[in-house]
Amino acid sequence: MSTHTLSVLVENKPGVLARIAELFARRGFNIESLAVGPTEYDEVSRMTIVVNVEDSPLEQVTKQLNKLINVLKIVELEPGSSVSRELVLVKVKADAATRSQVLEVVELFRARVVDVAADALTIEATGGADKLAALMRMLEPFGVKELVQSGMVAVGRGSRSITDRALRPLDRPA
Amino acid sequence: MSEQITGAQSLVRALESAGAEIAFGIPGGAILPAYDPLFDSKKLRHVLVRHEQGAGHAAEGYAMATGKVGVCIATSGPGATNLVTPISNAYMDSTPIVAITGQVASSMIGSDAFQEADIRGITMPITKHNFLVTRPEEIARTIAEAFYIASTGRPGPVLVDIAKDAMQAMTTYDFPDKVELPGYRPAAKPHSKQIREAAKLIVSAKRPVFYIGGGVLLARATTEFKNLAELTGIPVVTTLMARGAFPDNHPQHMGMPGMHGTVGAVGALQRADLLIALGTRFDDRVTGKLSTFAPGATVIHADIDPAEISKNRVADVPIVGDARDVVADLIVAVRAELEAGNQADLTAWWKQLDAWRQTYPLAYDTPADGSLSPQQVIERLGTIVGPDAVYVAGVGQHQMWAAHYLPHLKPHTWLNSGGAGTMGFAVPAAMGAKFGRPDATVWAIDGDGCFQMTNQELVTCALEGAPIKVALINNGSLGMVRQWQTLFYNERYSNTDLHSRRVPDFVKLADSMGCVGLRCENADDIDATVEKAMSINDAPVVVEFVVHKDAMVWPMVAAGTSNDDIKVAREIAPAWEAEVL
Repeated sequence: MSTHTLSVLVENKPGVLARIAELFARRGFNIESLAVGPTEYDEVSRMTIVVNVEDSPLEQVTKQLNKLINVLKIVELEPGSSVSRELVLVKVKADAATRSQVLEVVELFRARVVDVAADALTIEATGGADKLAALMRMLEPFGVKELVQSGMVAVGRGSRSITDRALRPLDRPA
Repeated sequence: MSEQITGAQSLVRALESAGAEIAFGIPGGAILPAYDPLFDSKKLRHVLVRHEQGAGHAAEGYAMATGKVGVCIATSGPGATNLVTPISNAYMDSTPIVAITGQVASSMIGSDAFQEADIRGITMPITKHNFLVTRPEEIARTIAEAFYIASTGRPGPVLVDIAKDAMQAMTTYDFPDKVELPGYRPAAKPHSKQIREAAKLIVSAKRPVFYIGGGVLLARATTEFKNLAELTGIPVVTTLMARGAFPDNHPQHMGMPGMHGTVGAVGALQRADLLIALGTRFDDRVTGKLSTFAPGATVIHADIDPAEISKNRVADVPIVGDARDVVADLIVAVRAELEAGNQADLTAWWKQLDAWRQTYPLAYDTPADGSLSPQQVIERLGTIVGPDAVYVAGVGQHQMWAAHYLPHLKPHTWLNSGGAGTMGFAVPAAMGAKFGRPDATVWAIDGDGCFQMTNQELVTCALEGAPIKVALINNGSLGMVRQWQTLFYNERYSNTDLHSRRVPDFVKLADSMGCVGLRCENADDIDATVEKAMSINDAPVVVEFVVHKDAMVWPMVAAGTSNDDIKVAREIAPAWEAEVL
C-alpha cells in the first residue's frame, strides 16, 4: 500500500461531497484525509483526497471518480513535484512552570500561539505531515487537552495550474 | 414578456421536447401538479400502472426494445422508493431510463415531512446521475440534461426529483437545444494506435475468440460486428445480455459463455490465446473464478466506459470507445492486415471447437413420468413463435433455458435482467416492450416465483391495450434456488416450495385480470396451446405450463469455481483434451 494525493476539481453544487464520499465507501476505498474548499473560480471547488491504496485500485478509483458528472478533473500530485500542507490547532497544558518550555517548542517549529489562558496555550501550526507529527511528539509530554487538524491541501510546483484546461468549457458563453 | 407557465407545465413540455412518447407511472401527493398538464398532453401518453416497480421495469422494457429513453413517474416517499429496484436493474444493465419523482415542497425538505424520502441520496449509488430540482426555471434544462446523460456514453438510469412547490410556481419555458456539461465528455473515439495493435493480434492469434457483450447491442453495432466476425472467421460467444447480437445459427457462433454456458463457449474462452472483448465487463457469472479465467489469453478489451477496462481482468490492449466505432475501425485495420497477407490458420482451433460442440451439445431429458419438460416447452414455443417476436425473461431457471433454447437470431428481441438478477422483471418489461413495439409479438417467459412478484401489471396490460403473452413455466418452486439446494445443500429444500400448483389458480388469476388463461400439462398439447395463444390478439394471454419440478439447468459452473470445472450434467465433466490438440 502507498499513499496517494488526488486533487479533484468539482462543480460547486449541492451533494457533490456526498457523491464522492459515497463512491469511496461503495467501492471499498478508505479516505485518509479530505479537504474541500473554493478555488479561483466561483463555480468550482477543489478537493484534496489522500488515499492509501495500491496502484491498480488507485486507477480504478480515479476512473470511477471521473464518471461522476460533477467531477471536472482529477490530478494525482506527486510528493516531489508538489507542496502539501496541513493545519493543526492544539490546546496544550501550560502553567507558569511549563509555559516557557512550551513556547520554546513553538519557536522551534515556527508555530504560533493564538490563545492564552492561565493554565493552557492554544498553538497553531502548519506544515507537512512529518513536521506536524514531530511537533505533536514534543507537545504530548506537557499534556494535550484538545487537538483539531485539517485535511491536507496540496498544489503542484511551478507556474502551471490544473484549473486552466479543465475549466475551458465553463468559460464558453452560454 | 415571454409566456408564463407552471413548473409542472414546463416538465410536461420538456418531456415532449426530449422526445418522450410514453411514460409509465402512478400519481400521488407530491407529483400531483405534474399530472394536471399531463392530462392534456397530446404527445405524451401516460400509462397508469399498478405498482411503481412495474413502471420502472416497463420503462426499461420500452428502452431495451426501442433504443429510446424509457420514462417512469412516481410520487415522493414510497412511490419513489418503489422505483429503487428497477433503477438499480437499469444501472446494472446500462439501460437508458429517466425516472421523475415528486418531492415534498422545498421548505419541508429535511423535516421528515409526510411521504418524504431522500430519493436522491438513496439512488446516488444506482444512478448514472441524479438531480434534485427546487426551482421552476431549472426543470426544463434538467430534463434535457437527464435525457442526454441517460442516452449517451454508457447508457443508464437518471433520476430527477422535483419539489412540489417548484412544479406549482410560475416560470418561463426554456428547453436548451444543446446540453453542455463540463464534467461529462462521453464521446471518446477509439485510439488508432490501439486499433492497429488489436488488428495485428487478431490476424496472428491461433486460438482467438470474440467475447461479445450487451454493449454491442446498445451501440447498435450488430450488423458491423457480423461483418468483422465473417472477415476474420473467428469464433463468437455472446453473453446473456448479448443474446441475439450475433445469430445463434451462424456457424461461427459457439453459444453463451458463463455459469450456465455451453461447453463450446466456455471451452473456447478457457483455451483461447486471444480474447477480443467488445462491450462486455468480465462479470463473475462469465469468468467463474477470476484467477483461472482464460489463463492463456491476451486480452483486447473495448468498452465505452474506461472504468470497465482492467477492472476485473487486466487488458493488454485497452480501447475506449463506442462498440460501433471500434468495430468499424477494426474492420478497416484487419482488412489492411489481411491484404498484407497476414492471416493465422485457425483450422486446428476450429477442429477443437467443433469437437466440443458435437460432443457436448445443449441437451435435456424428458421426464420419465410423462410430465412436461420446461426446456421442451421453451424450445417448442420458440420454434412456433419464431425469431421476430420479442422475448422477455424473468430471473432463474426459465431465464437460462430461454437464453439457450429460444431462437436468438435477431438483435433487440431478447430482454432480461442480467446484472441485477431482478425477479419479477418479465411481465412489466414485456408490457413496456409491447408499448414500444406494438406490432411485434411479445412473449414473457416467466417462472411461477417471478410471476407472483409483479403479475398485477397484467391488469394494466388488459386495460391499456398491451396484449402481451406470458408463458408461465410453473414448477411450483423457486427453481434455481432449489437447484442449488439439490446440488450444494443436501437436497434440504428450505423455503423453496411455493405450492403454486395448488394456489393460486393461475388460469383463474389471469381471467380475473382481464387476460385469457390457458393451461398445458402434456407434451402433446404444447404446440396447440402455443398456437391458441398466438391466435388471441385482443387481450393478454397467460399460458401456464405445469412442468417437472426437478429439471435442472445444465451445463453449470458452480459459484466460485473455475470454468474448467464446468459440469454438463450432475457430476459429469467434459473431457477437455480428449479430442484433438
